[in-house]
Amino acid sequence: MTRVAARGAALLALALITLAFLGPFLWVVLASLQPGANLTAQPTFEFSLVNFRAVMNWETIYLPVLNSIAISGGTALVTVLVAGLAAYPLSRYKLRYKRHFMLTLLFTTGLPVTAIMVPVYSMFFRFNLYGSVPAMVLFLAASSLPFAIWMMKNFMDGVPVSLEEAAWVDGAGWVQSLARVVLPLMAPGVAVVAIFVFVAQWGNFFVPFVLLDTPEKQPAAVTIYTFFSQYGQVAYGELAAFSIIYTAPAVLLYVAVNKYLAGSFSFAGSVKG
Amino acid sequence: MTVTTATPSRLAGSPRGGEPRRRRGRTLRWLVPLAPALVLLVIFMAGPILWSVYISFTNETLTGAASVNSRFIGVDNFVKMFGDEDFRNSFVLTFVFVIGSAVIGQNTLGLMIALLQRGRGRVTRSVVNGVVVAAWVVPEVVAAACWFAFLSEEGTLNKLLGGFGVSQEWLFTAPMIAVILANVWRGTAFSMLVYSAALSDVPGDLLEAASVDGATTWRRFLHVTLPLIRRSILSNLMLITLQTLAAFGLIYALTGGGPGTASQTTPLYMYEQAFRYFEIGYGSAMALVLLVIGGLFSLVYLRMIKVDA
Repeated sequence: MTRVAARGAALLALALITLAFLGPFLWVVLASLQPGANLTAQPTFEFSLVNFRAVMNWETIYLPVLNSIAISGGTALVTVLVAGLAAYPLSRYKLRYKRHFMLTLLFTTGLPVTAIMVPVYSMFFRFNLYGSVPAMVLFLAASSLPFAIWMMKNFMDGVPVSLEEAAWVDGAGWVQSLARVVLPLMAPGVAVVAIFVFVAQWGNFFVPFVLLDTPEKQPAAVTIYTFFSQYGQVAYGELAAFSIIYTAPAVLLYVAVNKYLAGSFSFAGSVKG
Repeated sequence: MTVTTATPSRLAGSPRGGEPRRRRGRTLRWLVPLAPALVLLVIFMAGPILWSVYISFTNETLTGAASVNSRFIGVDNFVKMFGDEDFRNSFVLTFVFVIGSAVIGQNTLGLMIALLQRGRGRVTRSVVNGVVVAAWVVPEVVAAACWFAFLSEEGTLNKLLGGFGVSQEWLFTAPMIAVILANVWRGTAFSMLVYSAALSDVPGDLLEAASVDGATTWRRFLHVTLPLIRRSILSNLMLITLQTLAAFGLIYALTGGGPGTASQTTPLYMYEQAFRYFEIGYGSAMALVLLVIGGLFSLVYLRMIKVDA
């Protein structure tokens, strides 16, 4: 095969793959803009924002999205605080069981969270925590911690200890040193961890579906499922509009951290701690 | 590892503290900042795992007499599980789902896209990357909605195939293929990104040298690239297997496990037993099986990568 032909074949293959990946997106984009849309991505020349206007009300969008923000934001906040504290001794001190601890955390990141939902539900039920949003946020934070501590520690390792020494000379303890010197210097890292946790929880469907009791507490992931599982009586245009509004923040935040995440894919090959 | 300097000036910094007090101070120094993380991990991660071990040996339910006082029933749940036709069905489907969507689908397609992208222009790369990654960033419920519309009777796929007379309700006629395709669509980006990173570490002059020696594209891939990215392939396979093993939302929202039990993988069967029939003990036994399988893969992954903590 000549070089030109090989190049052409590769481009053609890439074009086909790209089109195949675009296929399922077609409907959601078209249907959201067309009044009276059904399940077909059939372009008509009738475009309007009527679907978006129809879902812009308290029960459909505002409340579920606010719940999503509270749950994902709360989880991100707790995770970053706790992981930031935990990363400090792991990054700065020589500890006897540090390696074991870090390896155990890495091992935990591989365990399927879905599988522990039955015992978690049973525990929540026994301790009267079923339906409690704060309790669920603590659970979500705990499940995000192993990965968050790893990321935080890696970012913290990048802050030279010498910069802290000046603070110690001035009599600062580890708390001041962490809060005034280390964290500000690794602010981008903290933001990456926070956004990473936020986006992961934004899309989380199973945990709130199992642990929350009333529709008023549910985040958008669950509301959208309830919306479209009512087969037959769904306003598809509105479902598509809802999907787009709900997806947008996840996409925007992903774009924001894209640059930092790129490095973490060599993570799969070898992990540096 | 960049910095792991203990801070000698501070270690020696408590001049008149006796030996025990200094030791206590030293312990507190790492224990205090680690405590919140340890507490959360013990209560919400270790706790449920241990709890699942315990209740899978009881007849815990949420309704009926056993809900008040469940009792120890030994390995009955596990005996029941291995004799349960529906569980075996779910286990086989989970296996098919993992092999089909992760090991074959995402892994091969991800590697293929990464290879095809080598040496392409920036615009081509960003367009392809953008579209493939978009499918990955979309929340799973939205992904399910997209595929539901794509595959339904009056959906996009049937419209595209309209001329060929093969229109059908794909989610009923081929539910496993539907959920496998949807999961390939959603997860390929991860493998693609892993392989793009791995391929960028393959030295170009090695490939060039092979090419000068007259090696065809295929032989260059087989004898130069593949051995060099072997580790990445193995760890990618482990990671995507772990991510796929317990997939719930996508399948649940797309087919609900149906029609009948035709696409009911173990996580969905576990959900049905535990949350629809409130057989918590039985559900936990299944959860334990998933955890053990996940744990084994996670261990193999740990052995494979070079961790330096």
